[in-house]
Amino acid sequence: MGNDEVSDKEKRVVFVTVGTTCFDALVRAVDSNIIKQALFAKGYTHLLIQMGRGSYIPSKSEGNGSLAVDYFTFSSSIAVYLRSASLVISHAGSGSIFETLRLAKPLIVVVNEDLMDNHQSELAEELADRKHLYCASPQTLQQTIAHMDLSSLFPYSPGDATPVAKHINSFLGFPDD
Amino acid sequence: MDKCNGCGFSNVASIAVFSSAIFVVSLILVRLLYVIYHSRRPLSKRASKPVSTLIILGSGGHTAEMLNLLAVLRKDRFNPRFYIAAATDNMSLEKAQLFENSLATENATRVTDTAQFMKIYRSREVGQSYITSIWTTLIAMVHALWLMIKIRPEVILCNGPGTCIPLCAIAFIFKLLGIRWSSIFYVESIARVRRLSLSGLLLYKFRMADQLFVQWQQLQRQYPRATYVGRLM
Repeated sequence: MGNDEVSDKEKRVVFVTVGTTCFDALVRAVDSNIIKQALFAKGYTHLLIQMGRGSYIPSKSEGNGSLAVDYFTFSSSIAVYLRSASLVISHAGSGSIFETLRLAKPLIVVVNEDLMDNHQSELAEELADRKHLYCASPQTLQQTIAHMDLSSLFPYSPGDATPVAKHINSFLGFPDD
Repeated sequence: MDKCNGCGFSNVASIAVFSSAIFVVSLILVRLLYVIYHSRRPLSKRASKPVSTLIILGSGGHTAEMLNLLAVLRKDRFNPRFYIAAATDNMSLEKAQLFENSLATENATRVTDTAQFMKIYRSREVGQSYITSIWTTLIAMVHALWLMIKIRPEVILCNGPGTCIPLCAIAFIFKLLGIRWSSIFYVESIARVRRLSLSGLLLYKFRMADQLFVQWQQLQRQYPRATYVGRLM
């Protein structure tokens, strides 16, 4: 990880986002002492939680020898928070996942197991297999944080829509550009 | 005697009705097979004129993927563009509007000349009761029909939300009836790695989509009539 030489004053933010969903299990998990301690032990100094439509309110904290905690419900653009983060913990929505990967931020995706149609884990697991991110559940998040090695993650190269466009063009009889 | 005459006549009549019914059904079947056969084949004539395009938007990730595709399509070919999103989804049309605004400033044109934005009623909201959803489904179908009669698109681009099913079904019926031949392109969301979404599966099974694109190779292996195109995101 190479955090050892980081000075105490340097701010290392963990940004947690649940998008527009209600994912209390994740908010409750990151607000638990065991996970806050795991993050602090990894050298992170701040925990910022975007809690969405959930009803569980995390406890704010100023830090002082532990992790500083703050939260908000929604923001029109989470890009600012993503950019300032050293680690992102996100729900499994494809929007959040790709926005984070494009910014080349280390990412742990936490799958909401309470969702009825849980196809979202497919994407997170596939990208975890390809070592672009870590995939966890609220129960396994603590182990994932404790054992993660961010240097083993591969950067994600963005996809390309031109093959689809080519197919559509040739199907409709438009000449190639 | 009378009785027998009567039954002879009714026999003839019922045979006539029966055979004409068979005739009509086989006519529809032949047309259905013709439409299905031709749907998946590229249009034979070279396209020279721009095609009116219906773009069906879904929430969040779906809209981002669609805008990525639109960014690489030539806007002079896919013109005019009609955007449809669920009535409860404000974000998607807003994003499409931003996209069209930036195109318009780039080309010094007016958005109103090239793009229109519409909302469609959803047949069922999350948590709505089944009794009331019969009524709302009916309204949604009529609304979808009305929009499709107005637009009659030559090309339909969709990528996942349930709202695309009634619209694509109507487009398919228009094809059957010879009202309008629309080419339907469906791009399965990148979130679908192992199985098609319900919308994708319906379009695949009923052969309503001319081309069904998937973004993962393992998905293409499961659905051989799909086309693998790599990741859009």
